[in-house]
Amino acid sequence: MTINRRQALGLAAGAVAFAAAGLPGRPASASPEETQKRIAEFTGGKTPETGRLTLTAPEIAENGNTVPISIEVESAMEGDDVVEQVMILAEGNPNPDVAVFNFSEASGIAAATTRMRLAKTQNVIAVAKMKDGSTFIDQKEVKVTIGGCGG
Amino acid sequence: MATPKPRVKLPKTASAGEIITIKTLISHQMESGQRKDKNGDPIPRQIINKFTCEFNGTPVFSCDIDPAISANPYFEFNAKVPESGTFKFTWIDDDGSVYEHEAGIEVK
Amino acid sequence: MRNRYAIVGLGALLAVATALPAAAEPVDDELVIDGQAMTVRTAAPEGHPFDELLSGWLFREAETRELEADSFQNPGMLYVDRGADIWNAVDGTMGKSCASCHDDAADTMKGIAANYPKWDADAKRPINIELQIDKCRVENMGAEAYKFDTPDQKALTTYIKHQSLGTPVAVDLSQGDLQSWWDRGKDIYYTRTGQLNFACASCHEANSGQYIRADHLSQGQANGFPTYRLKQADMVSLHNRFRGCIRDTRAEFPKAFSDELMALEVYVTWRGTGLSVETPAVRQ
Repeated sequence: MTINRRQALGLAAGAVAFAAAGLPGRPASASPEETQKRIAEFTGGKTPETGRLTLTAPEIAENGNTVPISIEVESAMEGDDVVEQVMILAEGNPNPDVAVFNFSEASGIAAATTRMRLAKTQNVIAVAKMKDGSTFIDQKEVKVTIGGCGG
Repeated sequence: MATPKPRVKLPKTASAGEIITIKTLISHQMESGQRKDKNGDPIPRQIINKFTCEFNGTPVFSCDIDPAISANPYFEFNAKVPESGTFKFTWIDDDGSVYEHEAGIEVK
Repeated sequence: MRNRYAIVGLGALLAVATALPAAAEPVDDELVIDGQAMTVRTAAPEGHPFDELLSGWLFREAETRELEADSFQNPGMLYVDRGADIWNAVDGTMGKSCASCHDDAADTMKGIAANYPKWDADAKRPINIELQIDKCRVENMGAEAYKFDTPDQKALTTYIKHQSLGTPVAVDLSQGDLQSWWDRGKDIYYTRTGQLNFACASCHEANSGQYIRADHLSQGQANGFPTYRLKQADMVSLHNRFRGCIRDTRAEFPKAFSDELMALEVYVTWRGTGLSVETPAVRQ
């Protein structure tokens, strides 16, 4: 192949520009503002605290179609110390909603694992709501790579 | 895939009050509603929008699901087992179909 | 759409050609599935261009590797389950299922698929699992051959190959005329094709271990097919993958089970001699 580095970079840049120029019908991505709105609705306007809730997600997802995520909240899951819900949001997806986990005392532990879709590199956010009304938040940035090989 | 088929994994026995881990997987395309077909027409959304787990009629865990959950949805969670009984798992499809699975556990 | 991908693809391939990124070593990890250790590294057979053969599993990220290692979480197992149902389902005019003749696949199919492709003396060409299923369906069940890549074909193939999980791949080239098909497959493997002028060997031999954009190039082994691919969130058959690779070079791609792709299957399968059958493997 007799294309030098500069030409190659030019072609690659052209490809990026072409992609960025907009594809008909490609869904717009959710905005961080929209995500913040979802969080406010979920917490009733409270600013969630950090700590107690841990979101685990890979730093780099090999394919954005199937990204494993886990959440766990420190809680006795008895009496007043019960986690009621944990909401998962993805601020760079076409729609930020991913899932809401509903726990009960019968859960024993407030932990869950699932697999999710990420349209691009973005922040994944988890927000927990406790029975006593307190709320917690954690977030992780997941880099989504784009492989060279379709098929 | 044909009719979605659930897979569920949990222990057959537990001690009273033990917290066990439950894993569930079901075959489902989870069509997001964001894709287009070859003619450029949108493919309508069809996902499993709700998953629930009950033990002897008591809610243990449930999940409200959006299209961002991957195809063949997987959920792993825990349950505190007070007595012998039956776990009932339910997946609800956008088209109204309900897929169910039951698994017993014996407290020793 | 198609043009965009083509241009982006070209940019990616040129990036490899012009500014070779640092190679990353495949991981040093052991694959154990339900207590059974898989051979993911083995010495190459005589006449092989590599010294050591590596499963594609070693080229994947930790989360993808874990998914294959857990036979419950592996979504490919959904297809194994479905394949088991098909195995036992009566189909065709003769009122028979696979199980009518072959009983319990766990016994009768154990290790069998590790020795495919075989020589089909009737057809005078190699036969793989998909074609063997079709032959059985047509001749012994009075059923129709599956259309390529129908979910039932993929599920039944996955189920049958899964009965060989852990068995080392071993193709017997002394059968019939299989050696000449191996020779032809080797020619195809090294023949540059398409507008990008790439051979199989360009990526999977000369640049194995390098990155093509974000894809860590493996040795292109066939031992895990049909494989659950995260990109499609579906099972991908070997001939689908062959066609996808050839299409990525921007060439016309041959039909599934054509002479070209059967020859390639014989040769590529041999290139993985000694690696465990991993079906259903999980790849990116």
